[in-house]
Amino acid sequence: MNASLITLELCVIALGTALLLADFWVPAERKKYLAYAAIAALTGLLVISFSGQGVCSLGGSAFNGSYVNDALAVFFKRLFLTAAILVLFVVLQFSSRVPGAISEYYSLVLFALAGMLFAASANDFPMLFVSIELITITFYVLTSFQRSKIASLEAGVKYLILGALSSSFMIFGIALIWGTTGKLNFNDLAAVAPQFATSKLFVLGVLMVLSGLGFKIAAFPFQIWAPDVYQGAPTPTTAFLAIGSKAAGFVLLLRFLFTAVPALTTHWSSLLIIISCITILYGNLCALPQRNLKRLLAYSSISHAGYLLLGVAALNTAGIAAILYYFAGYLFTVLAAFTVIAIVFKNLESEEISGLAGLSQRSPFLAATMTFAMVSLAGIPPLAGFFGKFLLLKAVIAQGAATHDHGYYWLAGIALVGVVISMYYYFGVVRAIYWSRETADLTPIELDGPAKVSLALCVAGIFWLGLFPNTILDLANEAAKSLGI
Amino acid sequence: MSILTYIAGWPLLAALALVFIPRNYRVIIRAVAILGTLLSAVSAVWMFCQYSSAPVDADGFRFVQQIPWVQSLGISYHVGVDGLNVGLILMGAIVGLAATLCAWEIQSREKEFYVLLLIMTGGILGAFASLDLFFFYFLHELALVPTFIMIGVWGRGEKKNFATFQITIYLSIGALIALIGLIALYLQSGANTFDIPAIIKHVQANPLAVNAQNFIFPLLLFGFGILVSLWPFHSWAPLGYGVAPSPTAMLHAGVLKKFGLYGLIRVALPLLPQAAQHWAHIIAWLCVGNILYVGWVAMRQKDLNLLIGNSSVAHMGFIFLGIASLNLIGITGAVLIMVAHGFLAALTFALSGYIYQQTGTLQMNDLGGLCRKLPFIGTALLMAAMAGCGLPGFANFVGEATVFFGAWKIFPTVTVIGLWGALVIGGIYMTRAVRQILHGPLPERWNTLPDANAWRKLPYALLLVSLLVFGFVPSLLTSKINPDAQKVVNLANVTVPAKLVAQAEISGVRN
Repeated sequence: MNASLITLELCVIALGTALLLADFWVPAERKKYLAYAAIAALTGLLVISFSGQGVCSLGGSAFNGSYVNDALAVFFKRLFLTAAILVLFVVLQFSSRVPGAISEYYSLVLFALAGMLFAASANDFPMLFVSIELITITFYVLTSFQRSKIASLEAGVKYLILGALSSSFMIFGIALIWGTTGKLNFNDLAAVAPQFATSKLFVLGVLMVLSGLGFKIAAFPFQIWAPDVYQGAPTPTTAFLAIGSKAAGFVLLLRFLFTAVPALTTHWSSLLIIISCITILYGNLCALPQRNLKRLLAYSSISHAGYLLLGVAALNTAGIAAILYYFAGYLFTVLAAFTVIAIVFKNLESEEISGLAGLSQRSPFLAATMTFAMVSLAGIPPLAGFFGKFLLLKAVIAQGAATHDHGYYWLAGIALVGVVISMYYYFGVVRAIYWSRETADLTPIELDGPAKVSLALCVAGIFWLGLFPNTILDLANEAAKSLGI
Repeated sequence: MSILTYIAGWPLLAALALVFIPRNYRVIIRAVAILGTLLSAVSAVWMFCQYSSAPVDADGFRFVQQIPWVQSLGISYHVGVDGLNVGLILMGAIVGLAATLCAWEIQSREKEFYVLLLIMTGGILGAFASLDLFFFYFLHELALVPTFIMIGVWGRGEKKNFATFQITIYLSIGALIALIGLIALYLQSGANTFDIPAIIKHVQANPLAVNAQNFIFPLLLFGFGILVSLWPFHSWAPLGYGVAPSPTAMLHAGVLKKFGLYGLIRVALPLLPQAAQHWAHIIAWLCVGNILYVGWVAMRQKDLNLLIGNSSVAHMGFIFLGIASLNLIGITGAVLIMVAHGFLAALTFALSGYIYQQTGTLQMNDLGGLCRKLPFIGTALLMAAMAGCGLPGFANFVGEATVFFGAWKIFPTVTVIGLWGALVIGGIYMTRAVRQILHGPLPERWNTLPDANAWRKLPYALLLVSLLVFGFVPSLLTSKINPDAQKVVNLANVTVPAKLVAQAEISGVRN
């Protein structure tokens, strides 16, 4: 038993509980110090994790192999911690819109973070299911947090219904797998999976688990919830959904596909290629006519799930490393965009793209940050998004060359078509910032200290990953190797 | 630090500096932009003059600098020049300076325009200097995207939105097809590096299998071909240039467009020799589309910019013909035309920009007799038109003549058609344009047109002088191009048999 491995998760949960308790004694006008405390504590955990000293970066497994802390888990945990820190900054900007109950919001973000940290280490089905439920149930609350706003409640109910449906699919799939094989641990399952590869019940179970995970990452055909929920949910929730929840879905997907059922995965390249193609095309094509910025980012997030699936479909270590790298870039890019949205639309009813008009005069820094985020999402050098897409394409073409499967070339081609389509709507946003005709409200936007810090961090991250990919790429390569494909 | 880093770096540095200058300091913004490109152009001229005396490294490159970037993928910042790109870099830097000087026509949001223009200049100069496949592509893409934004925002005319849309789609798809080709090339070479000289060395020892070559070459040919407006993928060019603000058209038609051709010569021919020999005939016949078909289209144009745009597409045909001939004379000629056409395209778009700025129209029927009011601009336009039909004395003549000599041995039919297209069709539309715009009665409303003042004459004079210098002393270029063109030709004509089908060693690429 190696229970000290979960110290990081315990710290985060303790922190969340402490914030809830502290809420009783902290007067309303000082609530933001709770957020500062949470940010400081998470930053401390992140630093300890990177220093390589503490228990957070220990290797090994615990609880009879249901919890592993390998390089992949550590990579994702650092990603989740960074995401949560930046999301808390967004919450600070958003706090004026949820009067009264803001410290619950901080705690819920931390509980969701704990779920993601467990997900990064999950190595059997109970752990997978519990961590997913911890994330999803927290997000039901986070989504409908603006109780006075119909759209937020509607988003919460939609997420609840579809989330419950997908959870039930997943639990049914797990039951089928357990019923046929009698195994719950991924490593044990991998040993027996080849014998059951022809069992229809077993394959059905695997497909059902995949559909549950597909819901988390918003891949076709489980993407239906994303636009409404992204649009209606409070901006920080949307940001955390876009990066944290999606990354948690991907780490579970990677573990499930490559640790638990590698015997099936290697034969399913065509299925993965098709899902990836459709997700990319669906996300990009549906994003074209959008006028609401958060809805547009929802469709863009679907398309990015498609790009990330490129790395899964490639079925090689380079592909997985590319996914990890892409997530690192996506983290800074998406959070930069949502921080800007939280600030600019503070006093507006809805997040229409036209609300960005005149931003270049209201706040050149915000305008530049949003532009960098859009350009990076579109995958244009020298920003982070380009290098991530480059790695994904390289992995896919490498697999195509190695297996002589023409599907991979089609996949690369479709991904490129998607990139071209996406330029149109990303530049539509940039155009609204700099060149919109109607000059609405031109009052300058004042940025407070935390906003400047978090935006500067995001922009620095976008450039750093685009210009100096070495460090993160080495970490990603090392993490990808731990899956042992 | 290599001088090449400075040539590409000054414009980018100036772009960065502009970001911090408030937008109402218009004179300072323009001064910084001109200073950035001027430093770049002066460095490029210095580099060109020092070329012959500079030390040569083991791969035959000069002014080399290499800094590792991503070791695990074998990407490094590696710049260097040889005969193939020395002229292009000089031409690019001079055209960059001329384009910045011509940017006085931009009246709104000047700061953003100059930032984009400088990024474009720095990016493309870096791409030409780059000896690493990744940076080669990366820097070109960096230069390409500002083009779309500039056309979309500062473009003119009713067809602006359609033209922006068309050029963005065409060029993005072209660039991305080329990207797939380059990644496939990197993977198939098995050298595990993006360094072009290293890949060439590796491939010389282990030639690529013929089926892999036949798969990658069309990706590069059509990917780069779309970027260069190879027939039948050329329709973005005339319209795109027609609506583009003239500095953008100058830089794109003059410099950026040469990237695809340079890529074919630098990457595709040496690395994919069998496929290049196989595809040479197809390229030669596609050239006919460029030279003859687009030439005919140009004859029908009533708008000066569309005429120039089509004629610029037609000129690309000669370069493709030179590349397709796969011999020393042809390749040398192709590189010569690339340089010469860069100056020429920039000059013609700059002049048409001036006329548009003064008259508000480029419909040739509405113009006439302008030479009386605009003696300098008129004369420059006449000289540009003559250079465009290949009059001896201008650099274009040297290049076109060389290409035809090179192609004659291999594609006599295509050469005859091409000659006819160049001399007869080119002559007809160019002289007709000159007659309609510069000669004949002067409509009354143009009585008050001002000629360019001394300051504004500078970019035109700069480009004209460059054309004439390389027209009268082509050996400045040919002596540099020859040895390296010979290397490319040797590599492209290998007779070492390559394996027909890729075998086991490719599966080593897995992961």
